[in-house]
Amino acid sequence: MNAPSGSGSEAASEPAPLATASGPLGRAFRRHPTLFGMPALLVAFLALTVAIHPEFGSFDAQSLAMGALPLAMAAAAQAVVVLSGGIDLSVGSVMAVANVLAATTMHDGSFGESLLLSVAIIVAGAAVGAVNGLIVVWTRIPDVVVTLTTGFIWGGVALLILEKPGGGAPDDFLNLGTGTFMTDWLPNSLIMVVAVVVAIWVPVFRSRVALLLYAVGSDRTAAFRSGVNIARTRVLAYIVGGLFSAVGGLSLTMITGIGSPLAGVYYTLSGLAAIVIGGVSLTGGRGGMVGPVIASFVLTLIPTDLIFLNIDPNYGQVIQGTLIVLVVMVGGFFALKRSRA
Amino acid sequence: MSDSAASMRPAGSAATLGGILLRLRQHPMIALILVLLVFMVGIELIRPGTVTPDWLSNLLLFAAPLGIIAAGQTLVLLTGGIDLSVASIATGSAYLLATTATAHGSVAAVLIGLGLGLLVGLINGIGIALLRVQPLVMTLGTGLMTEGAMVVYSQKFLEVEPKIPDFVFALGSSKILGYVPFDLFLWAPLAVLIILGLRRSGFGRLLYAVGDNRIACHLAGVRVWQVLLVDYALCGILAAVAGLVIVGSTNAADLSLANVYLLPSIAAVVIGGTSIVGGRGGYSGTIVGAIILTVLNSLLTLLDAPEPIKQVLYGAIILALAAAYTRLTG
Repeated sequence: MNAPSGSGSEAASEPAPLATASGPLGRAFRRHPTLFGMPALLVAFLALTVAIHPEFGSFDAQSLAMGALPLAMAAAAQAVVVLSGGIDLSVGSVMAVANVLAATTMHDGSFGESLLLSVAIIVAGAAVGAVNGLIVVWTRIPDVVVTLTTGFIWGGVALLILEKPGGGAPDDFLNLGTGTFMTDWLPNSLIMVVAVVVAIWVPVFRSRVALLLYAVGSDRTAAFRSGVNIARTRVLAYIVGGLFSAVGGLSLTMITGIGSPLAGVYYTLSGLAAIVIGGVSLTGGRGGMVGPVIASFVLTLIPTDLIFLNIDPNYGQVIQGTLIVLVVMVGGFFALKRSRA
Repeated sequence: MSDSAASMRPAGSAATLGGILLRLRQHPMIALILVLLVFMVGIELIRPGTVTPDWLSNLLLFAAPLGIIAAGQTLVLLTGGIDLSVASIATGSAYLLATTATAHGSVAAVLIGLGLGLLVGLINGIGIALLRVQPLVMTLGTGLMTEGAMVVYSQKFLEVEPKIPDFVFALGSSKILGYVPFDLFLWAPLAVLIILGLRRSGFGRLLYAVGDNRIACHLAGVRVWQVLLVDYALCGILAAVAGLVIVGSTNAADLSLANVYLLPSIAAVVIGGTSIVGGRGGYSGTIVGAIILTVLNSLLTLLDAPEPIKQVLYGAIILALAAAYTRLTG
């Protein structure tokens, strides 16, 4: 981005300087409820899991991280777009496209080739994101309608690439998602989550781009009057979202070992659930990346816990739906209270 | 928004082209019907002799469930909301109907199905109107809940053989006098009721008012929450009704029955000229939108292309139509 001169990295939002006045901790907590609340929620859920399933071992930790990896990517993709005031209902389909692209092209390749292909697929993901964003900006059709429809289109593209589940990838490549690092307790997938979010989001967040994203997301008119290029910023958000979606699709390949054109469907809705639970406001401009990523681990734990409890895991979807609604209600309640205070 | 769209039009060719565009902009319905005719001509060109009275009556038969599910969506979009749970509600009501018909009788089964629509619609309304949850999240959540509940229900009651009552089957798939689809007798009165209701009744005007400016409504003494609550409940019931028609046309209920209706239910409304931001539009446009999408479907079927290509084309044409409409009316 050709940012105008001057520094603006600190003004963005989430980790604003944590309180200088009295009661720094309390104030930080009030200002960033999700930054403290989400890890607490995750710890609570982990404690609950260990309580009902005392044999919780490194294997369970690995499957948790593996399950959460694609969801975390979907949540990150959604978070960027929603922060900029949009919404992307095509995340799952874009993930499916990346997933089947990987599984069809890497099938007989070496590890090195698969890494090169991964880079190409991530670039393709950015291109797909750009297409989504450009359609939104050019046609002036609301985001919901555009991405619901492009989601349908990308779903068709995924089916064109690979009709039914199949394909594959080199073992070393799969190991990036399924293996462990050093000890059994440090799954590669957990490292992937952290590394990818850091690699994509930290440069964005530290640059002026994040300032533009949050500005456009919180008040488009005000941003426009301050000279922000709204269209370019919104397209940029979709591009970053596309990057995350592509990595999400690649991680699906690593974890499942195959390509599946319908695998992404689940991730659009769950990713949206994760950002809502993770404290990103759907009206834009409010929230961060830490909350959604941690929320995706919590969402992955729910069906696991249900299995440990011997409850029909199909209740998972009911609980997930209820959780989404409850979290937003509680959030709305506090927002209402704050605005009256 | 409208001036920028107008100023972007080339001034040179204004005399004829501009005049036509202006007229179309004043009467978007003409543009919609033109699109419909173009599609029909396209079908007739691809396979001459397809467009017959029989084909037209089939068209109405298949458009009815989409028209009914999109009716609820229209009411909700008019207030600036959206309902992503309509497909789950339609599936759920159809599934409940099919699984309770044998044990409790057809009439009770229909009521149970519609009851599900009312229940989920009311939950949506309570969340959105009273607790101020964004419609997108609320209906997404209730959609997931409904779907999940149906999966659990289906596994508990797996031994019951699903059965579609005869009159529901007739409603969804038979015709009277050779050409008049049965479901038209349900759709047409509903359509008249909704169109007149939106234009003439106080509630209809309140929907536009709330969609136009919620705060002004509140200040003018409108109980916005009551309007929204009723609105979402109506949308839920209409989705359930559509579910019954759909299951009547397929004559078999499964748990992904109405999933394909989510995108068209919103697309029909948007193509039909209802603003998704609220306050503008109406049901007559949605009806034409639903018919256009149904014609598009049969056009794509004629193309004899693989399913994924049809899917891509379908989405692309919806986007193009919606874009053209947004550009045209500004």
